[in-house]
Amino acid sequence: MKLHIAFKILAILLVFFTLCAGLLVDVPALNILNETIRNLFFHVTSWFAMVFLFIASFTYSIRYLRTGSPSDDLRARVFVETGMVFGAAGMVTGMLWANFTWGSYWVPDPKLNGAAIALLAYLAYGILRNSLQDSIQRAKVSAVYNIFAFVMMVLFIFILPRMTDSLHPGNGGNPAFSSYDLDDNMRMVFYPAIIGWILLGLWMTEIRVRIANLKNT
Amino acid sequence: MDKFLAILTKEFKSDFRNPYILGGAGLFLLSTLFVCYITVKRIPTPSTWVALYWIIILFSAFNAVAKSFTSESRERMLYLYTLSGPGAFIASKAVYHGIVMVLLSMVAVMVYSTFFPMAIADTTLFYTSVVLGASGIAIILSLLSTIASKAGNNLTLMAILALPILLPLMMVSTTLMKNAIDGIDLSVQLKYLFVLGGLNVVSFALSVVLFPYLWRE
Repeated sequence: MKLHIAFKILAILLVFFTLCAGLLVDVPALNILNETIRNLFFHVTSWFAMVFLFIASFTYSIRYLRTGSPSDDLRARVFVETGMVFGAAGMVTGMLWANFTWGSYWVPDPKLNGAAIALLAYLAYGILRNSLQDSIQRAKVSAVYNIFAFVMMVLFIFILPRMTDSLHPGNGGNPAFSSYDLDDNMRMVFYPAIIGWILLGLWMTEIRVRIANLKNT
Repeated sequence: MDKFLAILTKEFKSDFRNPYILGGAGLFLLSTLFVCYITVKRIPTPSTWVALYWIIILFSAFNAVAKSFTSESRERMLYLYTLSGPGAFIASKAVYHGIVMVLLSMVAVMVYSTFFPMAIADTTLFYTSVVLGASGIAIILSLLSTIASKAGNNLTLMAILALPILLPLMMVSTTLMKNAIDGIDLSVQLKYLFVLGGLNVVSFALSVVLFPYLWRE
């Protein structure tokens, strides 16, 4: 119980710190990027949190297929939902950033397309769940789809963009953010931000699980 | 292995007895090709040529694979599962669909290139991309059509579930085919070949692993 409260306080502190320090901290003034480099604290960390939450959902789906317990299925579902929230946040912040640095909200780029496809696959997961009536069948079928979709998502997001040139930082000769934040100022915000968003995601998931449990009883 | 071969031969035997099921899929393909010929008339650039080809193949694949599962009654599916075990069942279905799709896409290539002539620099690689792309689509659709059939054989649901998962396969096979038409050196193509082959293997392995959880109602 103590641990629960501690992690919530830590989540609040880290997210608050990210919001303040992310907007105020000194960043290196770089050509083209300028102040948009602050997006590192919001965009990149949202994707980190999303991937973490989808991994959690994937492991709960595997656990469901092994144990068949309804609570594992519930957690797999809720982790996808919170993951989608962070995915949407990552996409919106990325689009805003792209508009300032590339001059357009969307460019035909493998990394962007991969992200969009991954979100489409998880939206399809939601549709699939709603189209099945029987609860045990729904749990089984959606767990199978979740595992399949996750493995494919790993391919979209991590392997395909690395095969072709991309505009996105970190690909095709474009330096990643990590080579800019050599001054430890940025690193000091970046790592706490990742942990903060992940903890916030876990907290949101926990609340959603509790709501779902209350509705069932 | 015996069981796998037994189901595979059963599939082909039932196709010989009921040729109109496959004939329907073939006719659908031919009609689509003809509609494209009438409406598009002329395709000057290789990238449009390749894109239209794969879109035609994708939608004929939906038609061909979905047909095979709707044509079997639930009782007969259960009978086959209990006789052969789910692993052998899905493996033989995937291989069967792979063979059918490779045949269909080969026919499509011939008809398509008579309608829209295109000079192909690297024929071996071109046909490799056709075979690997078509078999990959068939394997992925085999698992996803069983998932969709749990939700009442809804073709829309199958399209929603399959399209995001098929997209990386489409991306790689279109790139491979376009490079084969342009005659780009094999050393550049190897990584695409490797990923395309890998996608086939990964989706086949996932189907065999995951299907046993799906078949029991």
